[in-house]
Amino acid sequence: MVAILEAKNIVKVYPNGVVANKGVSISVEENTIHALVGENGSGKTTLMKVIFGIEKPQDGEVFFQGRKVQVKNPHDAIALGIGMVHQHFMLAPDLTVAENLVLGQEPLKNKFVLDTKKAQEITQEISEKYKLPVPPNKKIKDLPLGIKQRVEILKVLLRNAKLLILDEPTSVLTPQETEVLFQTLRELKKYGKTIIFISHKLKEIKEISDKVTVMRDGRIIDTRDANELSEHDISFLMVGRDISYERVSASEAIGEPLLKVNNISFTNEENSPVLKNISFEIKAGEIVGLAGIEGNGQNELVEILTGLRKADKGELFLKQENINNLSPRKLREKKICYIPADRMKNGVAEKTTLEENFIVDRYCQPPFSRGFRLNWKYIEKYSKELIRKFQILAHSSKATVDSLSGGNIQKVVVARELSADPKIIVADQPTRGIDVGSEELVHNLLIDARDKGSAVFLISANLDEIIKLSSKIMVIYQGEIVARFDKIDGIRDVDLGHYMLGLKRGEV
Amino acid sequence: MDKFILNYFNTIRISIAISIGVAISLFLILIISKDPGASIGYLFLSPFLSRIRLESLISVAAPIIFCGIAIAIPFQAKIFNVGAEGALFIGAVAGVVFAIVTKMPPLIHIPLTLLVAGLAGGIWGLIPGFLKAKWNTSELVVSLMMNYVAYFLGLYIINYYFRDKAAGALVSLRISSSAWISTLPFFSRTSWSIVIALTFALLVYFLLYHTTLGYEIRTTGFNLHFAKFGGINVFKIIILAQIIGGFIAGVGGMTEIMAIHRRFNWQVSPGFGWDGVMVAIIGRNHPILIIFASLFLAYLRIGGHHLNLMSDVPYEMVSVIQSVIILLITAEAFLVQWKERITVKEAERKEIPHGTTS
Repeated sequence: MVAILEAKNIVKVYPNGVVANKGVSISVEENTIHALVGENGSGKTTLMKVIFGIEKPQDGEVFFQGRKVQVKNPHDAIALGIGMVHQHFMLAPDLTVAENLVLGQEPLKNKFVLDTKKAQEITQEISEKYKLPVPPNKKIKDLPLGIKQRVEILKVLLRNAKLLILDEPTSVLTPQETEVLFQTLRELKKYGKTIIFISHKLKEIKEISDKVTVMRDGRIIDTRDANELSEHDISFLMVGRDISYERVSASEAIGEPLLKVNNISFTNEENSPVLKNISFEIKAGEIVGLAGIEGNGQNELVEILTGLRKADKGELFLKQENINNLSPRKLREKKICYIPADRMKNGVAEKTTLEENFIVDRYCQPPFSRGFRLNWKYIEKYSKELIRKFQILAHSSKATVDSLSGGNIQKVVVARELSADPKIIVADQPTRGIDVGSEELVHNLLIDARDKGSAVFLISANLDEIIKLSSKIMVIYQGEIVARFDKIDGIRDVDLGHYMLGLKRGEV
Repeated sequence: MDKFILNYFNTIRISIAISIGVAISLFLILIISKDPGASIGYLFLSPFLSRIRLESLISVAAPIIFCGIAIAIPFQAKIFNVGAEGALFIGAVAGVVFAIVTKMPPLIHIPLTLLVAGLAGGIWGLIPGFLKAKWNTSELVVSLMMNYVAYFLGLYIINYYFRDKAAGALVSLRISSSAWISTLPFFSRTSWSIVIALTFALLVYFLLYHTTLGYEIRTTGFNLHFAKFGGINVFKIIILAQIIGGFIAGVGGMTEIMAIHRRFNWQVSPGFGWDGVMVAIIGRNHPILIIFASLFLAYLRIGGHHLNLMSDVPYEMVSVIQSVIILLITAEAFLVQWKERITVKEAERKEIPHGTTS
């Protein structure tokens, strides 16, 4: 078959010194679905950005349909027939679907005014042609994620893309929405389109793609036919070693309830109820998972648990003790630890040293300080110990956090929180955006903490993670717990998906 | 070489900024002066050529050091408070009033007067700090406005209640001689004020880098959300940082009066607060670097005065140098591309074996 796209020897170094592509060559055949897989930080997205003209490579050549091309910016790429659907949607939320689709090539009335009717016709036409139904007059902000993504794809198709690049399209979708997306992709293939599909979800890759290219550490490891590879093979190529995806065994020693949440409600500034009567408890030695699509009240719940926000109603208990409205400092003194979802915002101060990042919750206790005086000698020794114990890749304890990779920054956060001898651990998306190796380490650390008698509250949008680790699972939808599972064995992500989408309600 | 540049990038960057400032002034002098050689000598060499001028240099640096470290503390907490000028002014007013109406043995009178001045300055720092922490007002705007309030309030108090009617100018009564700061032994001009300034600089260095409060201030500055998450009471820290800054500025203003004027004679705001902003930026908010930045600024000032006196080039030449340096240092993009190019080159060399790139 003919290669529609060829990239040769692409080298990309970012201004901060990160080498994302170390001489990458890839060839994509026409009319195939080509999966590009690899851990976070392996260079997949960078390679695609180079091809789409967002990033300028230091070295390398790109050939499109047999011709050598210079793609200087996304305009060039679109003109050639390359389209990209980004991980974070590039849509104007206050405009309608039709307006978004024609943005940049608007049909005009009297040369000045947008011809709304024409825009709607264009939308209808393209959406019927590719069998991708969208509501032309609805505003983007009122649409569910799956439909927003469909608008993005239509936008690319409207610009006559022959090659579509989809950057982790399924990361925001539920299993049900993913299935619909895959039907779409198969449909597009029938129309002769070529699709590059970036993902690190093995099951999906097997299901949808014809070819698989695996990247690791800025290099291409291998390109093969998808049916030659098992999920296990792909994972082995991605990580370079075996990783267990088995559910971990439940903890034997479950003790008394440590955290008790009683009827918590919260209404936000816009007067919409974000949390409605949330109640649950977590026992010592237990991991309770909270599944849900992001933005269904998880953030607010976590902030209430960690003292950064006050609930309107309800109570929190640590064992028998009421811990309502305590300050973050007081909660930390009571050994409630917190791994935040947005590590760069809440988890670290990136411009300063690892040492200063390790002590943020304990600098005022001996031996870190005596009286008002910091004991830097001890802090240095302690930090080196944490770096060693948690396998953090840093050249010294005085290195600044921003010199580390994403996975290692998360290890800094986890090292600090878990070394505080926690009773309760609130782990909010603890492995988001980190490599598989670090993910495994974080999982093992959480399990160790559980086995030592901590109560772990795990909030994650990653259902595999929830199912792998939790002893009990709750599903949150629009601020309500809509399902509880006390027995996990045999549960599948699709089962949870129904509740996450609000299609089903369980007995609560 | 590349490694060296990366490690000391900030120092190199500031040195280059200073060199460019100096180069531009040399160029201007060459164009406008009839005797450029002599003018350049007056500007750059004269401060070192007489003992009097060298002593003046040190005296001029003292209040700048005070204001530099006063500004650096809120700056470290990422609070852009430019109220040192007002705190210094109101601190001096309060100190002068106290030193006029009281008489004590010098050993008590001097520290007590400085304390009063510091407290007044501290209150001046508290107000924008409190408003910022409570209602998230812009500390820049409030502290700037507070400078005017301090100025007019201060003049009102001095001119209406403590004016020396016997003096030929608009000045206050003399402060009690027990509150005078004397010159250092073996010096004719340099007073103990420089010793007090250096002591404060060392104390602030210790505070910022070796105490829990300093850690809290810096962590709040690095990342406010992170500080909150870790349990630091950022509300308290933002206010405290500005109170301490205001306190030091107040002490600085009063030291200047007790050492040199011995009465309140500022009918225009003396501008040390603005010099403080400048040296805090040049010295990257580090108290020890601020000492050197202040000495450098004082050196330019003394040279500039001599230049003004002796040649056909006006004193404003100093402002040109200052402005160019500040412009280049605060322009974040200045030399950044150079650094990025080296970073990229270094990374490529380390990570990509020869042969894979062509």
